Amino acid sequence: MSADVELDHLTIRFGNFIALSDANLRIPAGSFFSFLGPSGCGKTTILRAISGFLDPSEGHVRIGGEDMAGIPPNNRPTALIFQNLALFPLMKVWENIAFGLEVRRVPKAQRRERAQELLELIALPNQGEKLVSELSGGQRQRVAIARALAVEPEVLLLDEPLSALDLKLRQHMRTELRAIQQRVGITFIYITHDQGEALIMSDQIAVMSQGVIQQIGSGPDIYENPKTPFVASFVGENNAFAGRVASADAGHAAVETIFGALRGRNPAGLKVGDQAVLFVRPEILQLGAGTQGNALKSKVLAKEFEGFASHIHLANSQGERHISFSTSQEEALGISPGEEATVHFSPDRAIALPQGELAHE
Amino acid sequence: MSRVSDFFAEFIRRNGVTISVYLFTAVIFWIAVLIILPQLYMLDFSFRFNLPPSKIGTEEDVRTLKNYQYLLFGAEGNPNAFNWLHLEVFFRTIWAAVLVTILNLVICYPIAYYMTQVASGGKARILILCLILPFWVNEILRAFAFRILFGLNGPINFALINLGIVSEPVEFIKADVALYTGLAYAYMLLMIFPLYNAIESLDHNQVDAARDLGSPWWRIHWRVVIPHAKPGIASGCTMVFMLTAGALAAPQILGGPSSLWFTQVIYQWFYTGGNWPQGAAYAFVLLTACIVFVLAMMRVFRVSLGEIAK
Ligand SMILES: Nc1ncnc2c1ncn2[C@@H]1O[C@H](COP(=O)(O)OP(=O)(O)O)[C@@H](O)[C@H]1O
Ligand SMILES: [Mg+2]
Repeated sequence: MSADVELDHLTIRFGNFIALSDANLRIPAGSFFSFLGPSGCGKTTILRAISGFLDPSEGHVRIGGEDMAGIPPNNRPTALIFQNLALFPLMKVWENIAFGLEVRRVPKAQRRERAQELLELIALPNQGEKLVSELSGGQRQRVAIARALAVEPEVLLLDEPLSALDLKLRQHMRTELRAIQQRVGITFIYITHDQGEALIMSDQIAVMSQGVIQQIGSGPDIYENPKTPFVASFVGENNAFAGRVASADAGHAAVETIFGALRGRNPAGLKVGDQAVLFVRPEILQLGAGTQGNALKSKVLAKEFEGFASHIHLANSQGERHISFSTSQEEALGISPGEEATVHFSPDRAIALPQGELAHE
Repeated sequence: MSRVSDFFAEFIRRNGVTISVYLFTAVIFWIAVLIILPQLYMLDFSFRFNLPPSKIGTEEDVRTLKNYQYLLFGAEGNPNAFNWLHLEVFFRTIWAAVLVTILNLVICYPIAYYMTQVASGGKARILILCLILPFWVNEILRAFAFRILFGLNGPINFALINLGIVSEPVEFIKADVALYTGLAYAYMLLMIFPLYNAIESLDHNQVDAARDLGSPWWRIHWRVVIPHAKPGIASGCTMVFMLTAGALAAPQILGGPSSLWFTQVIYQWFYTGGNWPQGAAYAFVLLTACIVFVLAMMRVFRVSLGEIAK
């Protein structure tokens, strides 16, 4: 069983501080939904409101169509995986997993059996008798998932569950998590500040900043069509060029930047004279002057070897504005720091947005 | 051996010669002169006859088990098989100390849990102050205050009668209610602080996790909080039990006319009876019994000494 989750004008305040401001969204049953945003933007707050540890200051949380107001965490069809896992260190692994069943007064033999099944699901058979402290980080991670799945929740809530793992394990667990979600078929609500994680695993992503949901969409959608400068700068790498709009037509706008007038798509309908930011992703920049304009004359600041590609940092002639892009190793051979270089990009792949908050690196 | 000398070398390097010498002398003085030596004297006393000073050191001054036998069997010519008068006081004292310890735990656990896991920083600090301040009042004064509180004409009886709950004043002192309450109160801080320390180190997410998995509050305590706090519970219970069993002022002041505390018997041997060897023997029996009892309890609840010291 899986259920959909609806946030209806959900606002959460701590005193005068607004941790979550008027969130409205519907998460379809059985989907993998991520909240993505920098630390402190209110992600944990959302999860705690859905799981029942926080009461809404305004608005409603509905699960499977039912308003959750007044229903405590132990009676909601959700299970929460805590940021620090919060496994019970004094219980054996299998007792941890079976704790939810113990609460439901399932007889011991059955509990053991179910714990065994779940240990197999998370690929940790025969580890049930160990203590949690005897497991590695990745194994604990999986035990936390099994403990939550044991109570057969309709919605599983995961609070940055991979943030404590090292890179290799994190990459492995992403795939693993997605696979588990598809096997059990319940709704996963996943929280992360790592856009790579969100892009890889999610059906849909909500990007947040300072308690406000900025945009909701699929991974490719928010990557290709960011609605706000925050989303454009937070999701993936982006070069941002601020300036006034010099000319605009239905499809495109030219922004007067320190590299001269540069053109990009104009989905927000910017008009001449508006303050705007033009976003150019590193991967759309190509060496050479091109044929469609949008050429940036610049100086090479630094070159970083990155294995499959090289990362190049450029600046304008005054050395003011940095741009970065990646290029193949062969192309990079022809570039060295201190030299002039010209790069260009297609106006159809850059995007101009009204001025607004940017994500900080 | 080299580890011991390493330890000393490191200790001296870290603290300097003067401070190291001072610390070692102080600790050795404290342990040897203030703790071990007088206790050895007492122990020796307990195996001797109660002789007038002129006879000490003469051939009559020999060792004996008589003082211990007396507690078990009474004076020669006792018509009963055992010295029931004193044995009963002894066991009642142990039993009452157990009850007081449990009462104390039941009162202090929720307070400690509230202070560490529920209240915010400011509220918790005020609560701690409220708990500590009353202990500035000395023990005797507090005990007499309880006597007034629970007296026949005391405020509690006054309230009960005026509320129509009872028609005659309740004899709290005779029923030892005042004694148990007073004892529980006297050593409350020694229960609160170990509990506070133990529960404070519990990650509140564990409580939330248990709740999220559907656990009712009592099972959260039974399966998560209490196991975590076990060393603190053991250490608090040990201290409260030992001190309660060895308390003198509170039983003296708050005890009913018919109820004697074992320490009062010991006191009587030393002072009224002028029989120090007998008193020392009684005191050692109490001490040994308490230690054995505590160790047995730790066995039952599977706590190790190391954990308690944490
Ligand atoms: N109980 C609380 N009282 C006051 N402020 C809180 C509380 N919980 C969270 N906050 C604040 O709300 C904001 C969002 O927190 P959180 O949801 O934990 O962020 P994150 O996105 O890192 O999970 C933070 O600024 C945090 O300081
Ligand atoms: Mg968080």
